[in-house]
Amino acid sequence: MKLPIFLDNHSTTPMDPRVLEALLPYFVEKFGNAASRNHSFGWEAEEAVENARKQIAKLVHADAKEIVFTSGATESDNLALKGVIEMYHEKGNHIITSSTEHRAVLDTAKALEAKGKARVTYLSVDKHGMVNPEDVRNAITDKTVLISIMLANNEIGTINPVKEIGKIAKEKGILFHCDATQGVGKIPVNVQEMGIDLMSFTGHKIYGPKGIGALYVRKKAPRVRIAAQMDGGGHERGMRSGTLPVPLIVGFGKACELCEQEMEAEGRKLAAMRDRLQAGIMNALEEVYLNGHATQRLPHNLNISFAYVEGESLLMGLKEIALSSGSACTSATLEPSYVLRALGVGSDLAHSSIRFGLGRFNTDEQVDYTITRIIEIVTKLREMSPLYEMAKEGVDLKTVQWAAH
Amino acid sequence: MAYSEKVVDHYTNPRNVGSFKKDEKGVGTGMVGAPECGDVMKLQIKVEGERIVDAKFKTFGCGSAIASSSLATEWLKGKTIDEAHTIKNTDIVQELNLPPVKIHCSVLAEDAIKAALADYKKKAETETK
Repeated sequence: MKLPIFLDNHSTTPMDPRVLEALLPYFVEKFGNAASRNHSFGWEAEEAVENARKQIAKLVHADAKEIVFTSGATESDNLALKGVIEMYHEKGNHIITSSTEHRAVLDTAKALEAKGKARVTYLSVDKHGMVNPEDVRNAITDKTVLISIMLANNEIGTINPVKEIGKIAKEKGILFHCDATQGVGKIPVNVQEMGIDLMSFTGHKIYGPKGIGALYVRKKAPRVRIAAQMDGGGHERGMRSGTLPVPLIVGFGKACELCEQEMEAEGRKLAAMRDRLQAGIMNALEEVYLNGHATQRLPHNLNISFAYVEGESLLMGLKEIALSSGSACTSATLEPSYVLRALGVGSDLAHSSIRFGLGRFNTDEQVDYTITRIIEIVTKLREMSPLYEMAKEGVDLKTVQWAAH
Repeated sequence: MAYSEKVVDHYTNPRNVGSFKKDEKGVGTGMVGAPECGDVMKLQIKVEGERIVDAKFKTFGCGSAIASSSLATEWLKGKTIDEAHTIKNTDIVQELNLPPVKIHCSVLAEDAIKAALADYKKKAETETK
């Protein structure tokens, strides 16, 4: 087995070789500008882009014309929130979102607030990380113009009741934006059934290239309009100017096509592998806690806290396995994961959390190796942990007066 | 973040992990930090006469926190009480090559040393009374 092992597929995914093969000709041989209307180089590029647009639209049950290319999900989120607030400012300025959204949504909302352009309600989530649709309904005011709720969380994998939220948005005539970055290509997404008006997603989370994403913008019932945040040649129906990166778009299209064909079988495979990982760890170690929802979660996600062990030191001992931690020490802010905190996970357990993200190219052998190494290193670090020692002596850590610093 | 070789060495082969009995004669115990902050250090010294003859630690925290406390026990062994008081967090930063974001780990280690020395002093005073 080759080391290191990549188990951080929520951060990014390796490109599928079939995607690379599909996009390569569009760098040197087929280099045309898709906006060049009067020669064959341009026509060839345009045809490739429109084919990709269809592949992408098909995966999420949209019309090809409703796909706007961006540089990635962060730009899509920015375009959705800023574009809607700017376009509909006469109607209202209120946005409803949730406290566990990705920072691309939260920081965009905060920036709009800081500039006095929007008022934002940040809904709290339940202990599994799920938004309650009734909370969305209750937060709606006559100034609400946008609801922005993610499909699935990037840390804990919890899947939101998006369909119910979409129904409420429709009922109230409010636009619904969904950041579906972690869900598209992993679980079935249908913008019609889910009542989604705007949706962000990206290529590099689904074995496609980095630097290409999409914003789905509904064309009918209702026809959604957004103010462009990038002015120029009027590409993408005037919503996002800039020469289209044809190779990246071709790759994104191919990646979506592969997901569409293989998602069902792949989801089953990943869920089985994830369950094997979870059982292997939890059966061997005491005081290990699952973060997120037990069943309503992405098939490839596992987020667990190892009590009495700090996350970064755990990752340091597992340097041949690429993982992510909710520990403060792995972030620039020295604050533990705001997602876990929003679930009501104590700071101590948030510091002890590890996120496993399985992907298309992981194997059972890698999972078994990871289980063995996790058990080994957690046991070693617990032997070294004063908290574990105290707990074993019967001290209730909650009653100890800590000298906080 | 890349760790310095010395941090990796202390993390991989921590020196003096373990515990003395708190009520044992000549033992001073310092416990600093909080689980909510992501690091807790327990540092213990064993004193005979004026000299620290042994030291042990247990740490919940990142690699740099483990390395700082491991290094502290190494330095404490063989020192007199007065010499132990002169160990500064900046010495630890320098020895382990800690980046700015990890300086608090060295501060915690210094606090743990001070706490252990204070505990020893307090115990010694009550024992002689």
